[in-house]
Amino acid sequence: MSENKVGTRTDFPPTPPEFLPDAVSEHPPEHPVTPYLRMERIPHVWCPGCGIGTVVKCFASALERSGADLDKVSVVSGIGCSGRAAGYLKLDGFHTTHGRAIPFATGLKLGRPELEVAVFSGDGDLSGIGGNHFIHAARRNMDLLVILINNFIYGMTGGQNAPTTPLTAKSSTMPFGNFEEPFNIPHLAASCGAPYVARWTCLHIRRLTWAIEEALDRKGFRLIEVIAPCPTLYSRLNKLGTGLNGMRFYHDNAEIRHGADTRELDIDFQKSITCGKFVDEQKPTFLDRMDEHYGRVLGDKYVPMPVEGGWLQ
Amino acid sequence: MRQLQPVRDDLPRVCDLQRGRRRGDRGGVVVKADPAGVLTGAHYLDGDFACGEGAMAAGCRFVAGYPITPSTEVVERISRRFPVMGGTFIQMEDELASMAAVVGGSWTGTKSMTVTSGPGFSLMMENIGLAAMMETPCVVVNVQRGGPSTGLPTMVGQADVMQARWGSHGDYEIIAMSPQSPQEAFDLTIDAFNLSEIYRVPVMFLMDEIVGHMTERVMIPPAEEIEVIPRALTAKTREEFLPYQINGKPTPEFARAGDGYRFHTTGLTHDERGYPVMSAECQETCVRRLLDKITDNVDEIVRFEEEATDDAEVVVVTYGITARVARLAIDMARRRGVKVGSLRLIVIWPFAEKRIRELAGKVGAIVVPEINYGQLVLEVERCAGGKCPVLPVSHGGGSVHDPAVIAEVIAQAAAAAA
Repeated sequence: MSENKVGTRTDFPPTPPEFLPDAVSEHPPEHPVTPYLRMERIPHVWCPGCGIGTVVKCFASALERSGADLDKVSVVSGIGCSGRAAGYLKLDGFHTTHGRAIPFATGLKLGRPELEVAVFSGDGDLSGIGGNHFIHAARRNMDLLVILINNFIYGMTGGQNAPTTPLTAKSSTMPFGNFEEPFNIPHLAASCGAPYVARWTCLHIRRLTWAIEEALDRKGFRLIEVIAPCPTLYSRLNKLGTGLNGMRFYHDNAEIRHGADTRELDIDFQKSITCGKFVDEQKPTFLDRMDEHYGRVLGDKYVPMPVEGGWLQ
Repeated sequence: MRQLQPVRDDLPRVCDLQRGRRRGDRGGVVVKADPAGVLTGAHYLDGDFACGEGAMAAGCRFVAGYPITPSTEVVERISRRFPVMGGTFIQMEDELASMAAVVGGSWTGTKSMTVTSGPGFSLMMENIGLAAMMETPCVVVNVQRGGPSTGLPTMVGQADVMQARWGSHGDYEIIAMSPQSPQEAFDLTIDAFNLSEIYRVPVMFLMDEIVGHMTERVMIPPAEEIEVIPRALTAKTREEFLPYQINGKPTPEFARAGDGYRFHTTGLTHDERGYPVMSAECQETCVRRLLDKITDNVDEIVRFEEEATDDAEVVVVTYGITARVARLAIDMARRRGVKVGSLRLIVIWPFAEKRIRELAGKVGAIVVPEINYGQLVLEVERCAGGKCPVLPVSHGGGSVHDPAVIAEVIAQAAAAAA
C-alpha cells in the first residue's frame, strides 16, 4: 500500500506564460477527443465550472488509450446532469429512466454478452433512486463499468439534498444544513462485493483517465466515483465560490491513499477527500458463474447465449 | 349447487383462425420458429407454463422478472428450459429493474419479456413508458389478480385493463391481448411477440389468474408450422442510418447495440437522430407517430371472435376467462328464448371500436361481464354512443361470475329491448 499525499502549491493557479504558443490560428487543430463526441450536440447543457464535461473527456481519452472496439461499447445513463453524458458520446448511447441505468445496462450485457457496457450517471441517480439496483449489481458482480459522478447534490432539479450531501452542507431542501448521514459510496460498493473500486476528483484528470483505462481492462462490477464541483448550486448554496475554487479545494484537500480501508472514506463537509484505488481483485462475474455452473450441472446440454446475442434468425 | 356443464372441447385455435393473416404485413419477412425453443407435441399444461412455452417458441431468449403470484410459473418454466436453448433468465431485484432490463435486452436484438401481476405491473409502468418512447419491441405478461394494492394474490381479477392502456404517464399506444385458455396462452404469446416486432411497441399480455392456473391440453405444433417475425435489422450504412427515420413506414428501422451504428436513444422527446429536442413541434412529430402507428393499423391488429350476432337482440362482450363463463350464461339465456350473440375480444387494445359501433346500431342491448367494477364497459359504452343500452355485469374478483347472474342480466336486457 503506497501513501502519497499531494503537496500544497502556493503558486496555484500558475501565472500564464507571456507568449501563448501559436494557439490562435485560423484552423485550430481538432481536439483529440472530438472523434468520440457528437460534436453536432455541442454546446452541452452543463454549467460553467461543472466537472462532468471533464469526466467525459477523461472517459473518451481512456477509451482511446485502451484501444477498445468502440462499436462494442455502449453507454447507459439515467437522469440528471451526469445522465446527459450518454447523449454526447459517439457510442451506442441510452438515456434511460431515473435510477434505472444499471438494470438497463444489465439487460444490454445479458442480451449481448460481447458488449462492454458503461454506466455513466450521477450520485442521486445511482445511489438514491437507483440504490437498490446499485447494490444488487455489485452483489451479482454484473459486468459493468460504473462511473458515478458525485457533486453532493441534485443539480438538474435545483439543488435538493442527495444521499451523498455531507453533514451540515446546505441544499435547497435542507436550507439549515443537512443532518442525514450521507453514503460512503466506495464502501457501499466494496461491501457488496465490487471487485474494482476507486475514487478521484475531476482535478485528477490523468489519474482518473488511467483509472478508467484500467477499469476498462477489468471485468465485473467496476465502480469509479468522481468528485465533481457543482458551482451553480452546491457551491453557491454553501458559499464555496466558483468552479475554480472547487478545483483549488480538491488540490489542497485531496489525499491519495491507494488501498485505503473503504470504511474510512466518508466525506465530511469541506474536509479532506481520500482518493485512490481501494479495491482491485479478480472475481468471477455473473456470466462467468452462470456459464461455469450450468456447464457443470448440465454438461453438454448447456447452450450459452451466443456472444452476439439471442437473435436467432 | 348448480350443475356446471363441461366446458366445450371445440374452443377455436387462434393460431388456426389467424394463420396466414399477418403474412405479408412486412413484405413477407416471416420465418419459421427455432426448433430449440419448440416443445412439439400434446401437453397437459397450465396457462402460465403454456405462456412460457409460447414465448420460447416465439424466439424469446432473454427474460428478466421478479416473483409475484400468480405469474411465477411462467418464469419457473422458462428458467428450467432456457439454459438448454441459449437463453438467459435473470431474477432481478424488483419489477422496476426487470422492466428496465427487458428494454435494455431488447436493444441488443434479443427478444425479451417480463412476467408479473398487478402490483408488479404498477412498478413496471415507468419503463413501459420508456419502451413505448424508445419504440422497443418487448412483451409484458400480466397474470391479473384482484386489486387494488396487494389485493387478492392467489385469486382472479381482470382489473388491470385500464392500467395496461394508460398506466404510464403521457400519450402512447400499446397492444394488449387476453387469452381464454392455456392453448391460447401459447398461441397468443407467439402473436404478442410478432405484433411487438411489427409495431415496435411493448405488448401487454393480459392473462388472468384462472387462465394462468387452469390446466388443459395444449398442442404445440412442430417448429416449421410456427411463424415468427424476426427483428427487422436495418441494412443501411452507419452514415445513412437515423434511428427514428421512418420513410413512410409505420416504424423506423432497427439497429441493435454493438453493430457499429453508434446511435443514441432517449426517453426524452427526440428527433429522427434520437437526440433530445425540447419543443412543441418535436413533441407533435415524435409522440403523434407513437399513436399513429397503432391507430392507423387498428384493422390489422384488432382480433375478436363472434358468434350468432347476425340476428341477435343482445350481444355479450367478453374477454379472458369471462368469455368461458359467459358461454354457460349465453346457453342459459338461449334456453329461455333470448336471441343472444357473443363477441369475444382477443385483442383488447387497440379497441374493436368499429365492430362495436356496428353492433350497437343493430342490437337491442350489449352486456359486458368482466371481473372488475367496470373498466372495459366504459369503452363499449363510448362506442355504443347511446345507440343501445350497455349493461355491465361487475364482479370485484376472487372468483369468476356466477353464470346465472350474467344470464339474468341478458334476459333483462332482452326484455327491455323488446
